[in-house]
Amino acid sequence: MVDVLQAGFYSSIQDLGRYGFQDYGVPYSGVMDEQAATIANLLLGNNTKDAVLEMTIIGAKLKFECDTLICLSGAYMNPQLNKKPIKNNKVFKVHSGDVLSFGKLESGCRCYLSVLGGFKTEKVMESRSMYQHITAQSTIRKGDKLAIEPSSLKHERHYSNLRINSSYLLNSTLNVLKGPEFEKLSIKQQEQVLNTNFTISKLNNRMAYQLESPIENSLESIITSPVLPGTVQLTPSGKLIVLMRDCQTTGGYPRVMQLTKSALNVLGQKFVGQTVKFNLISKF
Amino acid sequence: MTFSLTYKLYGERSILIEWPSFIQDDILFDLLHFKDLIHLNGLKHIKEIRSAYNSLLVVYDKKLRAYDEEIKVLNAIYKTTSISKKTYNSRLWKIPVCYDAQFAFDIEALSKSKKIPIDEIIKRHTNVIYRVCFIGFLPGFLYLSGLHETLFTPRKATPRLKVEKGAVAIGGNQTGIYPIESPGGWHVIGNSPIPFFNPKQDSPCFAKAGDQVQFYSIDIEAYNHIKNLVKNNTYVLESEGING
Repeated sequence: MVDVLQAGFYSSIQDLGRYGFQDYGVPYSGVMDEQAATIANLLLGNNTKDAVLEMTIIGAKLKFECDTLICLSGAYMNPQLNKKPIKNNKVFKVHSGDVLSFGKLESGCRCYLSVLGGFKTEKVMESRSMYQHITAQSTIRKGDKLAIEPSSLKHERHYSNLRINSSYLLNSTLNVLKGPEFEKLSIKQQEQVLNTNFTISKLNNRMAYQLESPIENSLESIITSPVLPGTVQLTPSGKLIVLMRDCQTTGGYPRVMQLTKSALNVLGQKFVGQTVKFNLISKF
Repeated sequence: MTFSLTYKLYGERSILIEWPSFIQDDILFDLLHFKDLIHLNGLKHIKEIRSAYNSLLVVYDKKLRAYDEEIKVLNAIYKTTSISKKTYNSRLWKIPVCYDAQFAFDIEALSKSKKIPIDEIIKRHTNVIYRVCFIGFLPGFLYLSGLHETLFTPRKATPRLKVEKGAVAIGGNQTGIYPIESPGGWHVIGNSPIPFFNPKQDSPCFAKAGDQVQFYSIDIEAYNHIKNLVKNNTYVLESEGING
């Protein structure tokens, strides 16, 4: 078990998401930055599908009730193990009674904690990803006890020393493909969406990121049709909305662009006030 | 007849198939038949197929570097649906709704603005058989077509922050049931005591795309009775099969 002493700003258990239930209106959910979560899992020798803890902007304070191995990746939040600084992208042994805490956020927005074997919290519809009305909780809360598998650590030796490239945390260019309604934009609108530096609005969460600086818009809504995480919608007010992992399954706003999978990871590490720019690619 | 479809790459791993932009049964049946056929072909690299009013989204498990080839495969499957059926194997679900004032927050205002008596609104809402086009927006939210034209009502300018679970509402040319509590901009005219979404069940929704729904009016006593049966897991929803 892991005791939640403090939950942080918005922390939830996530895996790679809930697939195969979209036709019931169930969102995919899953980690916002798949690259970071995957690194955190693989450095421990976990399966990439194992559940991790996703912490947003302010980290949690956790007390371990058993021995295990941990790894952190993604946003750098000045992590400390028993008040001694530790690093991201490195495996650490944790003993029963140890406390993991975090300080100031320095880069990125979401930090991932993996434990040996993954978190074993409630599994609903083949996934442990927390989502309101699907799992009992949508975030972890102070006082929660998160299930993990105890490990003796006797045979655990990790010699791997990987150099992880975390430069994507600073990247502000989002690679996009044309969305289904891209061609409905005028040439002027196309230039506007591709040449503007958009500021991330305070309306950003696991469902969607709204962008400031509206563009001209005269497009009509479409007949409600499927949408995907990473879809950039053009709203009637001219503001762009980028759908994220917890987005609805269908939508009626024109889908003008689609972020690549890696661009979705990049955006998931951004927060209010930061700027991004779209870069149209044709090959991937 | 078959329709002229457009195929578009959507993201790195999906193909969007679009029918003409209309909400009508022949298009819905055609796309649901096509969806079933793709499933029958058992293409292993297809992760899931999602449907809406006039579109299918085929999601693959890897990047589609040669998506033209995949489109050819899909189109060849579609060509085998040479004669589109006019029907689709489905069920008709009879949904109890209590239109009592204690649930129907907006029915009086609706009655006044439309100059239609409340009884008549209920009659027009229950006389029609609706088609389940697909499930979206919220887990278990049925997109229904077939609302009586005189009940079309623009969405509220300011959405309610909290619409109760089970609320039956009208928004634009659509009607629907809120399967879970949610903010919402539709006009609430009643409440259904039955659950529309249960994540713990193998099949979390009883209805699926292509099915039909008819509402029937119940009083508050019947509402509480059904609510109790649901609570004790002894309620059986009434339905009949429709062969396509």
